[in-house]
Amino acid sequence: MATETPPATAASAKGATRKGDRIFLGLSRGSGITLLAIMAAIAVFLTWRAALAIGADEANFLTSFEWDANADPPRFGIAVLAFGTVVSSVLAMVLAVPVAVGIALFISHYAPRKLAAPLGYVIDLLAAVPSIVYGLWGALFLVPHLTGLYTWMDTYLGWTGLFTYHGGAARSLFTVGILLAIMILPIVTNVSREVFRQSPKMQEEAALALGATRWEVIRMSVLPFGRSGVISASMLGLGRALGETMAVATVLSPSFLIKASLLEPGGGTFAQNIAAGFKEAGSTGRDALIASGLVLFVITLLVNGAARLIIARRKEYSGANA
Amino acid sequence: MSRTAVADAPVDRAAPPVSTLRQPRLPRWAPLGLAAVAAVLGIGIGLVGGLDSRLQWGLIAAVLYLGLTAVLASTVEGTRQAKDRLATSVIWVCFLLAVVPLASLLWETLVRGAKVLDGYFLTHSMSGVITLEPGGGIYHALIGTLEQVGLATLIAAPLGLLTAVYLVEYGTGRLAKAITFFVDVMTGIPSIVAGLFILSFWIIILDFGYSGFAGAMALAILMMPIVVRSTEEMLKLVPNELREASLALGVPKWKTIIKVVLPTAVGGITTGIMLAVARIAGESAPILLLVFGSAEINNNPFDGAQSSLPYFIYEQWALGNEASYDRAWAAALVLIAFVMILNLVARGIARWKAPKH
Amino acid sequence: MAKRIDVSGLSAYYGSFRAIDDISMTVEPRSVTAFIGPSGCGKSTFLRTLNRMHEVTNGGRVEGKVMLDDEDLYGPGVDPVSVRRTVGMVFQRPNPFPTMSIYENVAAGLRLNGDHRKKDLDEIVERSLKGANLWNEVKDRLNRPGSGLSGGQQQRLCIARAIAVEPQVLLMDEPCSALDPISTLAIEDLIGELKSRFTIVIVTHNMQQAARVSDRTAFFNLAEVGAPGKLVEIDDTERIFSNPTVQATEDYISGRFG
Repeated sequence: MATETPPATAASAKGATRKGDRIFLGLSRGSGITLLAIMAAIAVFLTWRAALAIGADEANFLTSFEWDANADPPRFGIAVLAFGTVVSSVLAMVLAVPVAVGIALFISHYAPRKLAAPLGYVIDLLAAVPSIVYGLWGALFLVPHLTGLYTWMDTYLGWTGLFTYHGGAARSLFTVGILLAIMILPIVTNVSREVFRQSPKMQEEAALALGATRWEVIRMSVLPFGRSGVISASMLGLGRALGETMAVATVLSPSFLIKASLLEPGGGTFAQNIAAGFKEAGSTGRDALIASGLVLFVITLLVNGAARLIIARRKEYSGANA
Repeated sequence: MSRTAVADAPVDRAAPPVSTLRQPRLPRWAPLGLAAVAAVLGIGIGLVGGLDSRLQWGLIAAVLYLGLTAVLASTVEGTRQAKDRLATSVIWVCFLLAVVPLASLLWETLVRGAKVLDGYFLTHSMSGVITLEPGGGIYHALIGTLEQVGLATLIAAPLGLLTAVYLVEYGTGRLAKAITFFVDVMTGIPSIVAGLFILSFWIIILDFGYSGFAGAMALAILMMPIVVRSTEEMLKLVPNELREASLALGVPKWKTIIKVVLPTAVGGITTGIMLAVARIAGESAPILLLVFGSAEINNNPFDGAQSSLPYFIYEQWALGNEASYDRAWAAALVLIAFVMILNLVARGIARWKAPKH
Repeated sequence: MAKRIDVSGLSAYYGSFRAIDDISMTVEPRSVTAFIGPSGCGKSTFLRTLNRMHEVTNGGRVEGKVMLDDEDLYGPGVDPVSVRRTVGMVFQRPNPFPTMSIYENVAAGLRLNGDHRKKDLDEIVERSLKGANLWNEVKDRLNRPGSGLSGGQQQRLCIARAIAVEPQVLLMDEPCSALDPISTLAIEDLIGELKSRFTIVIVTHNMQQAARVSDRTAFFNLAEVGAPGKLVEIDDTERIFSNPTVQATEDYISGRFG
């Protein structure tokens, strides 16, 4: 087509290129619309099946502690799942974020230069380790190694009621929280490190020239600059933790009870319950699981939305100071 | 402007005495020495107190180290230096705290996985193997993973790439804004939710059976936003001058995109797609819901249950005996190796293609 | 207040690259000394060795002695943090802390030491801002962010921040190169006032500026690209600009190279 030079065909060639443009635009726009259609379909189908299930539910979907979705009449509620999901994920975030910020600072400001680059690389790779591998390691290595710690926590912190432990395998929400923390550590570290690395050198030098120690430099110029970045990194990690399935399914010993002690086995999360209950579920049972999945979806949407909002705000903020 | 500045400077103000530049400092070996002392004390307390978990020994040592550093530094060097030292120690402890589990994860997988990993393991399925006994392999799971991930890539890569082209090269209006927004939303979909969607749509409503293809569709949903995002980033890096130069030569826009823009960004786009592949290759939740799992070799992803590497790991773990644990570790090792190699190659491509920009 | 700087046999390195070689000079207290020379001759590097900021850079390393009155900045047991409190610095581009208000910016150095009471702080902030000829312009908006000021005002804010901790010496690394002529004039006036209290060293690319503000001028040069920078000569500014001893200095000043 590029060689169509004779003037006689110029008009038709022009027509052809317009056609080419139209086709290409149509294709790429079509892909975008397909993507929107998929999102719409996800919302519609999940809501539809969920509505069917909730309509058939004889118990309160939001507050009931039961999960007898395959019984007739079906009785199920998400209270235990919501509790377990939120507690384990928040716990994971609380454990992971300070450590992740520490590692990020270590890589960006403390590690010897020769160590910093490979370290960042290793963290990148660790973020790619599949969750089922974390799950396997959690179940076969981490769980047996936590009983000692839990006994100790029971002795010294048992009085709070949150940390009583009576022996047995450490397959509790707390263990899930620890495992999730380890899993989200790389991603939170990565995002934070990226933010810290961009902190303006000029301000760091200004702090140094005022006679600030390294920690004071970080407090005066690195942390204020990176704060919103760290917050959004944490939310990103939280989003991952909320939706994690296999690692929770392998580590937790589930039950439909909410226990005061985080160290006692029991409880459940949305994703874990779907994975565990799916194979035995009948048709209403599957719809009930879909309904719980929809709730999980909405929660992760809110968390991710909050993270994006913070990132967007930060962009404006740094633009104003550029 | 004020002209009073100089006259304002009184002599009698309580300026801090800055006569000396020397501050009492701990010797250079102090952090290492303290760490050694803390480690010895930690082990000692652990042994005497009869604590059976090494984890506790380590935690006790870490806390002791921080405490000793704080006390010693604040008595010798003053509060500011003590804070600085404490912060440094905390950050080192953070780093070590994180390295231990992550290193342990890799180490355990390597050591336990190497036990049964051999040529036989890679080339045989679990068909007819008594799960309590050693033997069998992951051939059926490898086939499943390759087919499912391949199909997912075939769906997601073109759709994602074209969507990114639309957003960068054409999109300005409300449609583009909506797509950008929903790509963000899609990035956050938990994998199990993607699985549930295909379940409700494909299996419950359209009444198809479990198959590798059903799993591939869920994987494609997870992969699409990653491809869109990374491709978008890469296309934005292509300098506008290139597009204008091509358009000014009378090349139509679609040809400019295909012949100039995409080839310029091809390295980065490939990297993005490979990283996305690595990401979905490790997904097991949708497979559990949609592919159902099987011990047999099933080469047809469009009909009947299959297995996949992540699913195989889960299944063998769930069997709960020594032989199956060994197989799970070995499969985990293969999966990690697969994902790492994809990552390394992808980053290699990125680095190799980068200077051309 | 002000102290004398006595440098002897000082060389500075970036990794294995020697940026400046064997420099010796004396900087008189309560005077302005200007460093001039072509780009890359190491004058900024040398300036940064005077408050141990050079070693902050990747691979930065120093040999030789810098005596501040009778103490060697690089002596054993000397704390670089204390050195930087004693020798303040103003940078090429204004760099107020973007998240802090004007007031907090000036007080930043003082707050590091903790125990300042609000009343003392208020007084020192006011005095420093007056000292930097900025007080009248900002006294009504001390709680607004420092990044909202104009470039010239920001630079004077940075000077106020530096003098608030009462340093002995004030180093200025091309403080006017990012500013317009009017702001430059304001800073130059300010330098003239500050020299009665501080020992001032200023790096500048602008020879008129060196002639206007400084009492003594040091000319740096390098034999070729990649060779270390050297001190060619240091003398009274008047002498350097009218009757330099070394031919290279005269060539540079009269614009024949550089």
